[in-house]
Parts: sequence; C-alpha cells; structure tokens
Amino acid sequence: MSFWTRHHIFEKNSIVLVLGILVVVAIGGLVEITPLFYLKSTIEVVDGVRPYTPLELAGRNIYVREGCYLCHSQMIRPLRDEVERYGHFSLAAESMYDHPFQWGSKRTGPDLARVGGKYSDDWHVRHLTNPRSIVPQSVMPPYGFLASNEVDTTMTADNLRTLRAVGVPYTDDQIANAVADLKAQNDPDSADADAFAKRYPKAVVRNFDGKGGAPTEMDALVAYLQMLGTLVDFKLYNEKANLR
Amino acid sequence: MSQPSTTKSMTIGESGLALIFAATAFLCMIGAAKAVDAPFAFHASLAAAASVASVFAILNRYFDRPAELPPQEINGRPNFNLGPVKFSVFMAMFWGIAGFLVGLIIASELAWPSLNLEPWLNFGRLRPLHTSAVIFAFGGNVLLASSFYVVQKTCRARLAGELAPWFVVLGYNFFILIAGTGYLLGVTQSKEYAEPEWYADLWLTIVWVVYLLVFLVTVMKRKEPHIFVANWFFLAFIITIAVLHLGNNPALPVSIVGSKSYVAWGGVQDAMFQWWYGHNAVGFFLTAGFLAIMYYFIPKRAERPIYSYRLSIIHFWALIFLYIWAGPHHLHYTALPDWTQTLGMTFSIMLWMPSWGGMINGLMTLSGAWDKLRTDPVLRMLVVSVAFYGMSTFEGPMMSVKVVNSLSHYTDWTIGHVHSGALGWVGFVSFGAIYCLVPWLWNRKGLYSLKLVNWHFWTATLGIVLYISAMWVSGILQGLMWRSYTSLGFLEYSFIETVEAMHPFYIIRAAGGALFLIGALIMAYNLWMTVRVGEAEVQAPVALQPAE
Repeated sequence: MSFWTRHHIFEKNSIVLVLGILVVVAIGGLVEITPLFYLKSTIEVVDGVRPYTPLELAGRNIYVREGCYLCHSQMIRPLRDEVERYGHFSLAAESMYDHPFQWGSKRTGPDLARVGGKYSDDWHVRHLTNPRSIVPQSVMPPYGFLASNEVDTTMTADNLRTLRAVGVPYTDDQIANAVADLKAQNDPDSADADAFAKRYPKAVVRNFDGKGGAPTEMDALVAYLQMLGTLVDFKLYNEKANLR
Repeated sequence: MSQPSTTKSMTIGESGLALIFAATAFLCMIGAAKAVDAPFAFHASLAAAASVASVFAILNRYFDRPAELPPQEINGRPNFNLGPVKFSVFMAMFWGIAGFLVGLIIASELAWPSLNLEPWLNFGRLRPLHTSAVIFAFGGNVLLASSFYVVQKTCRARLAGELAPWFVVLGYNFFILIAGTGYLLGVTQSKEYAEPEWYADLWLTIVWVVYLLVFLVTVMKRKEPHIFVANWFFLAFIITIAVLHLGNNPALPVSIVGSKSYVAWGGVQDAMFQWWYGHNAVGFFLTAGFLAIMYYFIPKRAERPIYSYRLSIIHFWALIFLYIWAGPHHLHYTALPDWTQTLGMTFSIMLWMPSWGGMINGLMTLSGAWDKLRTDPVLRMLVVSVAFYGMSTFEGPMMSVKVVNSLSHYTDWTIGHVHSGALGWVGFVSFGAIYCLVPWLWNRKGLYSLKLVNWHFWTATLGIVLYISAMWVSGILQGLMWRSYTSLGFLEYSFIETVEAMHPFYIIRAAGGALFLIGALIMAYNLWMTVRVGEAEVQAPVALQPAE
C-alpha cells in the first residue's frame, strides 16, 4: 500500500481529517508556549517591579483604550543603537504584571519603555494636548480631551480585584483603599498621601496635570507615562545573575 | 404544485432559536439598563434589538414557508442553498469598500496629522477598525461565502441546516458591527488583531462553533467518496482559528455588565500567546482559507485540473504543521527567551517550502491554458494573486531571519510586507472569486463588463506597487537612520528626524491606497450592473447524470 493510498483515510473520513488537523496544529503551540509557564529562566529575578498604583493603572487603561501600542513600542531590544537611544534593554520582569502586554510591533513614534522621567509633566500635558506645538514634525494625534474627562472611580477597586484574579499580587489593603489611593497620588497635600506612600513605596505623588480638582484622565495617563521603565534600578541590577 | 399537504409545524430549530433569542433580548435589555459604562449599554441595546429582529425574522420565515422544508435534492440534483452565500458576497463588498476607505483615511492621517479628529477618529481608534474591517469583515465574508459555496458544490450536497447557515453569516456580521463600533468608542483589548472585548469574543465563539458544525455536517453528507482539497484547507482554517481564538482571548471582565476586561495572560506569556495567535491569523485565516479559494476557483476558471494532487497533500500537511511555530519571529530580540525566538525563526524559514508548494500548484494549474490570461482578466487577477502569494511568502521567511528582522522590525517594512500579502494575495484572490461567484449565484451569463474588470485589475495593481514600494523604501530608510552613527560615534539622527523623512512615502502610500479603493468601487459598480441588467443564463434542461 503506497503512501498516497494510505492518505485516503484522511480524504474519506471527515472526523479523521479533523483529528489529524487538530494534532498537527497543536504541536508547535504546545512546544513553544507551555515551557514559558514553568521554566524559571523565562522571567528574570529583579528588585523593584510592583503592580501599578490605581492612578497609573487608570492611565494604562487609557493607553490601552486609545490604542497607543499601534505606534509606540514598549520593548527595547539589546542592540547598540536602541540601548543608546532609549536606555537599558527591556526585561521580561518589567512587564510581568502587564495584562495585556503592550510591547507593540511598530515605532511610528519612539519607544516608551523608559520614557518615565525623561520629560517634565508639563511637557507631557502640552504634548498630549497638541503634539505639534512641542514637536512640529510630529504625526501624533491630539489627546486634549483627556484633560476634561475626570477619571471614573466607580470601578477602580474592581479593576484591582480582577487583576488579582488573573495573577497580579494586589493586597486586600490596596484593594480596599483603591479610590483613596487614586486620589492621594494626584494630591501631595492630601491626608491620605502618607498611607498611599506606604502601600506603594517609591511611587511618585504629584499633581500631574498641574490643575487642582478631581484627577483627570490626563493626570492618569501622565502618571503612567512617568513611571514607565523606572521601577528597576539598573545601577543595582545584576545582569550576570540572570544570564539565560 | 404543492406536495401532499402535511400539517405545518415549527421545527425544533425554529422554535428553539426563537426562544433563545427572546431570552437573549430580555437579558440584553437588563444588561443595557444595568451597564456600568456607556459603550456596554450601547452594545447591549444593539444586541437586544438584533435579538428581537431575529425572533421576528424566524417567525416571519416560518409563516411564509410551505409546510415542507426545502428538499435536499430536486430531480436527482442537489438543491443548493445559496441565500447565505449571496448575503456574504454582498457584505464582503460592503465591508471591503468600508475597510479600504478607513485604510485610506489612516494613511492620510499619517501624512497629514491634522486629519486626526479627537477622540473618535484618532489614528489609534481607526487603525483596528481598518485591520478588522479588511481582515475579518471583508476577508471573513469572502471566506464564509466561498466555503459555503464550494462545500456544497464539491460535496454535491445541500448545506446542513436551514437556519444554521443564516445564523452563521448574520451572527458573524453582527460580531463585526459590535467590534467595529467598539473601537470607535474606545472598547479594545489592545491585542493586535484580537482587539474585540470579552463579550464580542464570546459571541464569536458561538458563531464559529455553529460554522464548524454546518461545514462539517455538509462534508459528512457528501455524495463524493473523497473530500475535495479545498475543503481540507477550509476545515484547517475553521478549526485552527477556533483554537487560536480560545487560546489568545481568555479574559476576566471587570464587571459582567461592563466592557472592560483583563486578559488572563500577562507579560512575556501574553506576548507569546498573542503572536502565536497573530501570526496564525495570517497563516490560517489569510492563507489556508484563501488557498482553499485558490484550489477551487483557479481550476474552475481555467478549466484545467489541479496541477498535482500529491503536491497538494504534502504542502497541506507541511503548511499547517509549520505555520503554528512561526509566531515568535514577531518577537525577535525582545524579552522572549532566545530558544523560542530561534525556534520561531527556524520554522519560518522552513515555511517557505510548503508556501511555494501551494504557489506552484496554483500557477502550474494554468498549464495548457496560459493563453486565457490574455482574454480573461478575472483569471489574470487570480493568477497574479498567487504570484503575490509567492512573493510575500519569500519575503516573510527572509524577514524572520534575526539579522534582517533587527532592521525591519518596528518599521514600515512590516506594513509593506503585510500589504503585499493582503492587497496582492488576499485582495486579488477574493476579487477573482467574487467575479466568478456573482454571475453563478445570480444566474447570469457573465459579468456586465470584462473591460471594467481590466480597469479594476490595472488600477489596483498600480496601487499595490505604489503602496509596497513606498513602504519598502520608508521602512529600510528609517531602520538604517535609527542605527546610523556619526564618525565620532554618536547616533546620527534624532527620532523625529526619522519621522520627518517618512513624509513623502506616506503620501505615495496614501495614493496607492486610493487607487486600490477606486478599483474596488469599479468592481462594485460592475457587480451591481451584472445583477441588475446582466443577461440571465438559460437553464439547460436537466440532462441525465452520467454514470460514475
């Protein structure tokens, strides 16, 4: 019986064909994906990476909502020019709490993995409101409407709770105080600022959009942008320990 | 005329589906009332309205139909169910033009950024609308139409189910509506090509399972001993898309009455799942499915048998096996472990072979019929599509080599590569198939005007050439500028200087897109006139079936 007649079993039995297809397409995915969940070397061991604060998370959700990843990557490759242009190459650990990941696939604009601290809050607010007022050659869309939208806090705690359910280690304390923390991070004078600083050590407390009142989407987005890439201190990071 | 009268009663499908839709309408109204965000309320209202409309449609259809269900065969010939096919062809043209138009708009936004109208028409919201409209709405409807047509013809059996095929085509287009309006309102998972949120994903899962069942049961009912090659590819496409959709999209909604959800995977694992999905959306949606179209329509139009049956067996299994591995080439030099990247690159290079196996099988089918390219612009479109397929499937493996990718990744070269495949291969093979299908479905002797097909062909081809060459130049230029150093060892260009250098190419690209859109408009007019004023095909009297 030749190979070609043996193949008739697939051509004459639809269920056999279906099973054959399933087996053949399952192999590659199983081999490439499953080990990423148990190989310890997949995600580096580093100090400093923490879940997002409620305000940063609100900002990240705006980043996701507006599809920023379509033009901005958050993944610096270990190539000489990228490291010189953007900073230390990105670690897997730095996005371990990102649901979804936002590494991106296109740089119509620059990489944002380490944009935090690179520009002032005021720069960001002006640039987001009218990109070409700061960078005349820019092709970025304007996002001035963010300044007039208050952050919706009705679901803030639920957001943290949902993220905990998919594996982000928020504490009960952080979930219970989510709304207070969101407001406190945007108001250095508030009574809750100290409690916030305890729950999220090293997180920046600042009025990001420079205006008083309830936190706006502009506050949230700038808070997110300003923390990007700042969690790991690369002066202390031991590269050798994570060679893989 | 009428059959001996039996008492008319609703089928289980009719009554069951009507009840399910009535319940769904009720649930959606509650969802709309309790919604925690405005887009969810809007979508729930849309779903409620669609459910009510479905109940009416089912009842109306029941009252209008004769007591007997349509027969499986008439005079010994299968009684094909072509209604859902016609609907999908129409929707494909509609979404195609909408998708090309949005593409032209976002291309223009990159050339002239003041066209961005915040917030709804900003690039970030329109870009998923463009990709979903062309891939899933246009491509998806072409696949629905052709798969439902080809499976009936090649199995010589009526499509399984009466309401089920309609459920599939209408349900699928409703998914597109929810997804597309969602993007404009800011409802997105921001996972490339998997942007629809959790409730749209759930709905698509239901529709897709029914699609698989309709297709598979039709194959089971076949009167032919062998399953035709095109149907292997359709099956691989339907099954694998289901697997990919389920693997990439598990998400936990923040509220059961809200649009926001968080995907179960995070960071590096999410990246791997995403590109396992993303690359195989290309591999199975845009390749396997459209290869099935090639395997039916090219032999049919050229009136030649498929070049090599054995080649089709080998390249089928090799293609579906190798494609799945190729995802990591989207993540070269990222924080994804090196071993995964290397596997992805290796299999991407191997993938070149089965891809060209398909191309050879398609092109060589023309053996002995090459002269038809001069007289039949529809066949020319189909053949050129296969040539573009060959070109893209050479370019892809080349770009998956890590050193090449270090230059091409993050640049417009990727966009150019995608469009040589999408416009040249998927677009042209779809146009060719639709040009074949419309006269067959609407019983016309031929198309209204072959001259207009010729115009479409040349306008669109010129558009593609402008598009992809502009993107090659801009992509390679920008990649080289990013890594360019001065003699003193400093980076030579700031980022914004590289953006500025893109401007002329963005204008050329927009012009290419405009030509492609004009071509599609010519096509729509031609098809419209074919249906409206085309000469009806005279049905030959039913001849005796030759003994087999």
